[in-house]
Amino acid sequence: MTMLSADALLEVRGLQTWFPIRSGVLRRVRGAVRAVDGVDLTVYPGETLALVGESGCGKTTVGRTLLRLVEATGGNIWFGGVNLARLSRDAFRPFRQKMQIVMQDPGAALDPRLTVRDAIAEGMDAFGLGANTEERTQRVADLMRRVSLDPELMWRYPHEFSGGQRQRISIARALAVEPVLLICDEATSALDVSIQAQILNLLGELKAERKLTYLFITHDLGVVRYFADRVAVMYLGRIVELGRTERVFAEPAHPYTKALLASIPSLDPARRGVKPMALGDVPSPIHPPSGCHFHPRCAQRLATCSRYDPPVVPLRDGMSRCVLTPDAGDNQPDRADITMAAASPKPYSAEVTAEQRP
Amino acid sequence: MSTPLLAVENLVLTFPGEGGRIAVVDKVSLAIGRGETLALVGESGCGKSLTALAIMRLLPKPGRIEASSRIEFDGRNLLELSVPEMRSIRGGAIGMIFQEPMTSLNPVTSVGQQVLEAVLLHEKVSRRAARERVIELFQMVGIPDARTRFGAYPHQLSGGLKQRVMIATAMAMRPRLLIADEPTTALDATIRAQILELLRQLSSTTGTAVLLITHDFGVVNEIADRVAVMYAGMIVEEGTRRDLLCQPRHPYAQGLLKSIPRPEARGGRLEEIKGVVPRPGRWPPACRFAPRCPSAFDRCGAELPHRTLVSPSQGAWCHLVEYEVHA
Repeated sequence: MTMLSADALLEVRGLQTWFPIRSGVLRRVRGAVRAVDGVDLTVYPGETLALVGESGCGKTTVGRTLLRLVEATGGNIWFGGVNLARLSRDAFRPFRQKMQIVMQDPGAALDPRLTVRDAIAEGMDAFGLGANTEERTQRVADLMRRVSLDPELMWRYPHEFSGGQRQRISIARALAVEPVLLICDEATSALDVSIQAQILNLLGELKAERKLTYLFITHDLGVVRYFADRVAVMYLGRIVELGRTERVFAEPAHPYTKALLASIPSLDPARRGVKPMALGDVPSPIHPPSGCHFHPRCAQRLATCSRYDPPVVPLRDGMSRCVLTPDAGDNQPDRADITMAAASPKPYSAEVTAEQRP
Repeated sequence: MSTPLLAVENLVLTFPGEGGRIAVVDKVSLAIGRGETLALVGESGCGKSLTALAIMRLLPKPGRIEASSRIEFDGRNLLELSVPEMRSIRGGAIGMIFQEPMTSLNPVTSVGQQVLEAVLLHEKVSRRAARERVIELFQMVGIPDARTRFGAYPHQLSGGLKQRVMIATAMAMRPRLLIADEPTTALDATIRAQILELLRQLSSTTGTAVLLITHDFGVVNEIADRVAVMYAGMIVEEGTRRDLLCQPRHPYAQGLLKSIPRPEARGGRLEEIKGVVPRPGRWPPACRFAPRCPSAFDRCGAELPHRTLVSPSQGAWCHLVEYEVHA
C-alpha cells in the first residue's frame, strides 16, 4: 500500500495528529492524545468514501488535518501529486480552495454577523473568484437557487433559518469556490430524518452534476450504507477496516466492524434484538490499549493481541487490521476493481438489492 | 381492557406567544398498560418531550397545562396532587432518564452517593442497607466493579456508564413507569446496543412500563410494544410496533419511515417530506400536515381529522385514511 497510484485524488500515508497534554504551572507536555495515529487512506476521484467510527476515534481530526485546520504531527498527504504536508501555509492556499468542508452544526459553522449573501461569498472574496461584487452576488443567487433556497432571502442572517436551511447555506458556501473534494463531517447528523433525506438527496445530485468527490465522515452506519461507495472504519486513531460498502456490510472482516454492524437496530419487526458484541467501553485515546487497540473489547481476541500491533491484511477491495483476518497470498488489492466501484456505484446497487431480499 | 397504568387525556400545553397563549401540545391522549412500552415518536419540536415533562409535572415555566387536561396514573389524577405528593411519585412510582446523563448528575458528589440519596429519600432504611441496595442496583444495570464505582465521580465515568447510573437511580424505587427521553441518542453505536439490551431486560424482569420518547425507529423496533407518532403537537397515528413499521397509514408516518436511508435505496433518491416543520403558532388551521402532504385534498385544509380505526390496534388521524377505510 505504500505505492502511490496515479489515478488517486488524495493519498494519505502514515498520517499522525497528536495533541499535547500539558499540565502543571509550567504547562509542560506530559503526554499526547494520539487522535490520529498512522492513517493510510486513498480517495479516488468521483467516489464517496465514508470514514466511520464512534466518538473519539479520530475521524473528525482526519478531516481537519487534511484541511490543515490542525497541523499533522507526521505523515504525508498527496493531493494531485503534491505533498501538502510539506507546503507552507501560503503554498497550501490554492489546495484549500479545492477542498471544502461542511460541518455538523450549521448554526455554529456560520458567522451570525454575516448575511447569507456574505457567508456564501466569503470564500469567493478570499480566493478572488468572480470579477466584482455584482457578479459574486449573482453567483450567490444561483447557488441559493441550486440548493433550493429563495435568493430573496440572501440579506437575512443565519438565525432566521431552520437547521436544514442552514445546512443548505453551508453547502452553497462550500460550493462557491468550486472545490473538487467536499469533506462532509457529520453533515446530516444533527438533522431530523425527513430533513436529512432532503440534504442527502441534494448532496447526491450535486455530486453527479459537479463531479465532486466526498469524504463522508459520520457515525451513522445507515447513511453510510445508503450513500458511500467505500467505507473506512476507524477505531482509536487507526483505520481497522477498509473496503467496498457492500462487502463491508455483507462480510465484515474486522471484529470491531462486526460489532459495529451488529449494533444497528433493524427496522424489520421480525428482527429484533441488537447484539452488543463489543464489550465494555471505548478506552481513552490518551492511553490506548497496547497491541491491537480493540483487544480489551474483542470477543475473539488471542493472547498475542495485547502484545503486538495487528498486521494490515490486504483484502481484494481494501484491508483489515486484524490477526484473525485470513491472508490469502494472492489477495492483492485490485486497483481496477476499486476505481471502477468509485467511478460508477450503479452496477452494484442491483446486486445489493438482490442480497437484501429474504 | 383493564384500566391502563397511565392515561393521558386531552392534554393541552400552552406557552405565551404573540397574541396570547399558543398550544405546543394539542389534545394529546395516550394510554400505557402495566408492563407495556409505548414509544412516542416524532421530529424535533413536535411536542413529545414536553408531553413527557408534563406527565412528571416538570413543564418549564411559562408553560402551562390547560385545565381540560387529565393525567391519570394508577387511578390518581396527577394534576390534582399537592407538590409533596407529586414529589414522592417522581423518582418513586415514576422514574425518569434523559438523553444527557451528564447534565442530570451532580458533578461534585460521587455517583454512589447520589443514588444513595435517592434511595434514602423514598425508603426508611439504614445508610448501610441503602449502600448495599445501591451496589445491588449498580450490578443490576451492569456497572462493572460496582463496589469500587460507588465512589466514582461523574467525570470519571464514560457516557455509557453514566447512563447506567441514571437507569440505576430511576430503577431504585422499583417504579411502575419509567419515562425515558431519548435514552440512547447521545451514545455511540456499540454502547447504545448495550443500553437497549439493558432496558429491554429490565422492563421484562421488573414489569416496569416504559414511556419511550425517541426520534429513532430503530430504537422503537428494539424496545417498544406500541407506538404513537406525533406531528406539530398532535398524535397523527398510533398502533403496535408491527402496525407502524410494516403498514403505517398516515402520510406523515409513511414519509418519516421512507425517508430513513436504507440499503435498498442505494443509488436512488430517498423519499423526502417536502418543506419544513411549521413552528408552534404557525400551525395550519385544519390538518397540520396538510401543506406538506402529498395526498392532501380540499377537506384537509378545512377540517381537523378525527381518529379513524384501521384495525382494533391501529388508528390514524387522517381524512384520506377515513375515506379508504369507509369506502
